[in-house]
Amino acid sequence: MNERRIPIRSDLDIVNARVGARDLAKALGFGIIDQARVATAISELARNIVLYAGSGEVLLRRVHDGRRVGVEAICVDQGPGIPNIELAMQNGYSTSNGLGMGLPGTKRLMDEFEIESAPGQGTRVTIRKWLR
Amino acid sequence: MSDLIRVPILQIEQFLVASIQVPLHDSSAVQFRDDLLTEIHRTRARGLILDMTAMDVVDSFLGKLIGDVAEMAGLMGATVVITGLQPAVAITLVELGLSLEGVVTALNLEKGMAYLRRRLAQEEAGYE
Repeated sequence: MNERRIPIRSDLDIVNARVGARDLAKALGFGIIDQARVATAISELARNIVLYAGSGEVLLRRVHDGRRVGVEAICVDQGPGIPNIELAMQNGYSTSNGLGMGLPGTKRLMDEFEIESAPGQGTRVTIRKWLR
Repeated sequence: MSDLIRVPILQIEQFLVASIQVPLHDSSAVQFRDDLLTEIHRTRARGLILDMTAMDVVDSFLGKLIGDVAEMAGLMGATVVITGLQPAVAITLVELGLSLEGVVTALNLEKGMAYLRRRLAQEEAGYE
């Protein structure tokens, strides 16, 4: 199982995404601390989907860049989108009464972080962690 | 929601002990917070141990909730001690930006109980 699509509709699915991410990271040979980093990052992004868009999906898969193996998660929703990505990436900024550490925290936990979003266009966050 | 997970809360002496053994989704975590505060009030507990030994992932939601429980229980006169945080959980919490400053932690349940007993003895000596 190198690819898994997890629909995100409620907080129960956040746990599914988290467990799925950890299982994949473990299967690929990541150590226990990186497993926790990957699972935590996906938990944050899946919660953002529930919180801001209501529903969406997380695609978990094994990736390879020619040298290294890694785990990738693509978290997509068709929600309202993020008007100001720079602001959303700042520590402590939140429009939902949260702590404002979901996006910047996720970026710190992973090796690669890409975000595409615009008002009315939904949000797509891609994260990767490489096996060293 | 019908599929709420309830975490058992045990009483030992004047303290409560709860050990989270399964992943909690957000609404179960909120229920857990409310149950803990209700039990502190009902039992007049002076301390609470939250044992995290079995938790391999703690995200910002659960991390914030634990900090909130410590603060809220403190307002009610109970001291909260978090025990058994795994290294991976401590690392990810700090990397996320949640260092839970001001929350008392102990290596394990035994040391957490020892801390609460000592603190209670100090408080009672101070009141004389």
